Amino acid sequence: MTARSAATIASLVLLTLTSACTNFFEVPIETPLSPKMDVTAFRRVLVAGFISGGTDDVDANLETVRLLRSQLRTKSGLRVIEADVLPLAELAADKAKASAATPAAAATPAAATDNNGGLPKVATDVQTAAPPGPAAPASQQPPAQQPTAAAPATPAAPATGPEKIRSAKDLEKYQSIFSDVAFWKKIGEEYENPLIVTGTILFTPLQTAGFITRNVEQYDNLGRRTVVPQRLYMERKGFAIAPKFIFIDGRTGATLHTESTREEVLYNAQQNTPALSSYFELMDKVIPMFLGTLSTQKIRGTRVLLR
Amino acid sequence: MKMRALLLARAAAFAALLGVAAQPVFADARSSAKSQVDFGIKVAQNGLWKEAVYRWEKAAEADPTYAAAWNNLGIGYEHEGRFEDARKAYEKAVALDPKNVLIRQNYDLFKEINDRAKRRNDR
Repeated sequence: MTARSAATIASLVLLTLTSACTNFFEVPIETPLSPKMDVTAFRRVLVAGFISGGTDDVDANLETVRLLRSQLRTKSGLRVIEADVLPLAELAADKAKASAATPAAAATPAAATDNNGGLPKVATDVQTAAPPGPAAPASQQPPAQQPTAAAPATPAAPATGPEKIRSAKDLEKYQSIFSDVAFWKKIGEEYENPLIVTGTILFTPLQTAGFITRNVEQYDNLGRRTVVPQRLYMERKGFAIAPKFIFIDGRTGATLHTESTREEVLYNAQQNTPALSSYFELMDKVIPMFLGTLSTQKIRGTRVLLR
Repeated sequence: MKMRALLLARAAAFAALLGVAAQPVFADARSSAKSQVDFGIKVAQNGLWKEAVYRWEKAAEADPTYAAAWNNLGIGYEHEGRFEDARKAYEKAVALDPKNVLIRQNYDLFKEINDRAKRRNDR
């Protein structure tokens, strides 16, 4: 009993002494990380649209545009332009089709974009494509059609959509649209030279099976609890997202910066998680990287100030 | 022999005198630096980091051997996004007080973020 009181008194004395002569103070700090891109030349940003694929459960183009716009609105200094989402895959297919229909068009000044070389290849692919892709709503057509004016008119183009994009290989066929300087410059002119955000989004379902290590509780004869690692064979399913963000100068149509990443999430095979919630779960991981390209990011932490 | 002893005694007396005279000067520098550091801590705790940095700069200027001032300055610069200045300040603090675990911990955390920022820019 005496020893216990002595210990209590000693700890109280120690506490009093420590608080009386504190020589350090823990403070929260926010370390700013400067953006990767210098966007001071732009006051406005246009999230134009994405070439998306992987699954039909989520319209990754529309969802990504909505999400990025709302994030940019609240977490960047740029003014977000509200415009219809460009159905880029269809535009690329239409352009390719047009240039394939009139091979000489490639030499005309209207379609004279040196980087347009990949488009005829798309044309052959698109023409053989059997199922028409999901057509964009009629309301989205006017702004989408305007930029294509750079290419020769194709009245029959909307009749067939692009083939379904299921893998990164399928996406490659559409990449040439991002280097079409004239196309992006025209869009830039239309929206008063903003910073244009575009790119590709591949949102694909995943299914894996294999051994995983997880901690399992065990109780012995005396009821004592222990946690032991256990290797289990599990079937899991989920989704992977592979976005590639392309930042284009609306004044020149040139690509300023490209940022790509890949994230995946896996659940127990019995768990039924909607594709849309997985999409948002994955985009939560991607967004900081995206915002870090355009605006200052703050890393929260603590440091110790000394006297 | 006597002369030599006399000279030695004189030198010792002069050194002692110099020490006594210099002590208040150093003590003044440290106490002035300490008051600046204390004020800096108070304002930093209230979120006024620019003022805090100014105070800690004054403290480090007044007493360049005061490790705490350099440590706090490193934190202040880090908060302001001045990574190069922060690195120099932390390095000075570590050099002045190499056994201080708290300074070392602050510096390590800073280095982690600084490396991440560098990797981002290099990509």
